[in-house]
Amino acid sequence: MCLAVPARIITIEGTGAEIEVGGVRRRVGLQLTPEARIGDYVLVHTGFAISILDPDEAEATLQLFQELDASRRGES
Amino acid sequence: MSNVVLLAHGSGGRLSHDLVTRVFGAAYGNPILARMDDAATLPMPPGSRLAFTTDGFVVRPLFFPGGDIGRLAVCGTVNDLAMSGAQPLALSAALVIEEGFAIADLERIAASMALAAREAGVEIVTGDTKVVERGHADGCFVTTAGVGAIADGVDISGANARPGDVVLLNGPVGDHGMAIMSRREGLRFEAPLASDAAPLNGLVKAMLEAGPGIRCLRDPTRGGLATTLNELAGQSQVTIIVEEARIPVRPAVRGLCELLGLDPLYVANEGKLVAIVAPEAAERVLAAMQAHALGRDSVAIGRVEAGRAGRVALRTTLGAHRVLDMMAGELLPRIC
Amino acid sequence: MKYLDEFRSPKRVRAVLERIGERRRRPLRLMEFCGTHTHAIFRHGIRQLLPPGIAMLSGPGCPVCVTSAADLDRAIGLAGLPGVTLAIFGDMLRVPGSHGSLQAAKAAGADVRVVYSSLDALGIARAHPERTVILLGVGFETTAPTIAAAVLEAERDRLANFRLYCLHKLTPPAAIAILRSGEVALDGVLAPGHVSAIIGAEAWGFVPRDFSLPAAVAGFEPLDILLAIADLVEQHEAGQAAVHNAYGRGVRPAGNLVAVRLMEEVFQPVPAEWRGLGTVPASGLGLRPRFLAYDATPLLAEHGLDRLEAHEPAGCRCGDVLRGALSPEGCPLFCRACTPERPVGPCMVSSEGSCAASYRYGERP
Repeated sequence: MCLAVPARIITIEGTGAEIEVGGVRRRVGLQLTPEARIGDYVLVHTGFAISILDPDEAEATLQLFQELDASRRGES
Repeated sequence: MSNVVLLAHGSGGRLSHDLVTRVFGAAYGNPILARMDDAATLPMPPGSRLAFTTDGFVVRPLFFPGGDIGRLAVCGTVNDLAMSGAQPLALSAALVIEEGFAIADLERIAASMALAAREAGVEIVTGDTKVVERGHADGCFVTTAGVGAIADGVDISGANARPGDVVLLNGPVGDHGMAIMSRREGLRFEAPLASDAAPLNGLVKAMLEAGPGIRCLRDPTRGGLATTLNELAGQSQVTIIVEEARIPVRPAVRGLCELLGLDPLYVANEGKLVAIVAPEAAERVLAAMQAHALGRDSVAIGRVEAGRAGRVALRTTLGAHRVLDMMAGELLPRIC
Repeated sequence: MKYLDEFRSPKRVRAVLERIGERRRRPLRLMEFCGTHTHAIFRHGIRQLLPPGIAMLSGPGCPVCVTSAADLDRAIGLAGLPGVTLAIFGDMLRVPGSHGSLQAAKAAGADVRVVYSSLDALGIARAHPERTVILLGVGFETTAPTIAAAVLEAERDRLANFRLYCLHKLTPPAAIAILRSGEVALDGVLAPGHVSAIIGAEAWGFVPRDFSLPAAVAGFEPLDILLAIADLVEQHEAGQAAVHNAYGRGVRPAGNLVAVRLMEEVFQPVPAEWRGLGTVPASGLGLRPRFLAYDATPLLAEHGLDRLEAHEPAGCRCGDVLRGALSPEGCPLFCRACTPERPVGPCMVSSEGSCAASYRYGERP
């Protein structure tokens, strides 16, 4: 029930930020993520950032694939 | 002359005459239009049959990145003719304008129509202007009609597709619809997007010159690529399978579609065509498309197969098949 | 596009699918509680890609689908009031109430406007002080805090012509109602990723604790969904029941505390009517008394809209579909009387309703 898209924060002004995804820009509210910084990637839902994406966690999730791949080939 | 359109401009008298001459005549005047006869007379090219089409244009906003209602109207009608393999001979343009509409905006629209007509190599030879009371026309509506000539031996129809045929597309989809959507009230997105509205008759001519084997041509306007493929599959009573990975979409179109929860395959295009060609002609026709300015990004996106009539399936990037249905209702942004 | 493309990688997806195929011994039935999961699963053909023996069931996770006909009728009633502009999310436009949809009301002259954000509704209110702008608040915990932020802004700016018609609902109470009913046999739960971004992965602790079932918080890209399914398979095979977070990049154990505090400041839990579940206590949100001036509820009584007779469309089985008790294909109206062009019930209208998803993306009779 929640379409939220990863977008990069380009600028911050007050409670709002300009985000960018695929070259499309829009102003969104940071009321739910006041700690967000320029350069952060956030999940954008109905014109608000609802969560800051954690790059380390993202990498860890993608690494799971490597492990699965390795264990499939009987290397782990 | 006043700087806004008045009811009197539509009443047929001197003011009407002035408006037509100063706005439309000045923009796309030509000898036939200048005669101001009730009907335009045109020569009929020998060895051909007549193609005839009409369309009404009600786009909002009237002016959008990459075009306006005028450009849309001319390209839309030229393209309908081109999709039946016809070279456009002449267009008509009838406008219904709301009282109070700025003449400067009317001039912009007329200039756009003139430019698009020149690009297509066609003239607007007859027209009509009506003015309605404020509040009754939402600015301006344009209806165009066009006649074209289909050379003998050219037989292009949505019913011609056969199993084994190849499906070609001349470039990325979704530009027009998303350019408009980004400007709609209540949405306000900054997107490096412009309508792809363009007259495709030149491209079609180049394709026809590449040789026989073109079975179907259709421009994926409202309802997008998915709806057009469904129409063709239905008319030809075949199955069409397309590959998601092969369908080009610009990053900005993808980005805005993701944000609004829309599928680019259902978004309108105004400068794209789908061609279904015989397998032996595919390489030749594709090369002719890629050599043309409006077909540089042309690509083969799928095939026609024997199978359930009217069925269109998409092979996703993950290798699964899913049904690609016709669009139901309007394209609406969603939050879920 | 970053954080999207990597999680759609066919190579990675294949690796996870193989893993699922290798590990799954016993058949299992998993329920996803999020309509956006339903949509994603169909869009990417996940059911087709999954090895046999895994059944995916859709629960009442579509806030559009679970909006009762009565609530929708009231929204349509508000839209018809003189001087009112009803701002809605696009999802709600075509949902049928007892006597037609908001789209029909719009065609009949009601000022209904689709917005992308609640902030846009505030913008309409500011630009048109002569109109009363009512925002139709539909959505779960992902959306509710954003609406709360908008209400606070309206209060801060003393926006006299803005009101919220609050139909927001909470996800855990519905999940609990389904699990408690025992109507559908389940082996695991795919928990909604963006709701969890707000309420936290730990909020699903009741699934293993009270129902001895594993839960996996899942994101929405194919890799995310499959990793969560793989986790549930592992837990099921190991006889384990715990909440695992398979969407670590977006979801923290305790969620987004700022968002939760915003929700608590503005809203209070109220009973809510769910299509398919009836009235579920403390499952909806209502504006706190402090925000009475921004609440559309008083307008209902004022204009006699609180006593409307609502009815579900004849033969509609959306309720059963929403509880996972009936598949779309099992509904006698599916594809016959009920299609996306002529929907009978909300499950066929909403882009994430199971019936719409099944119809659009799946094989049809």
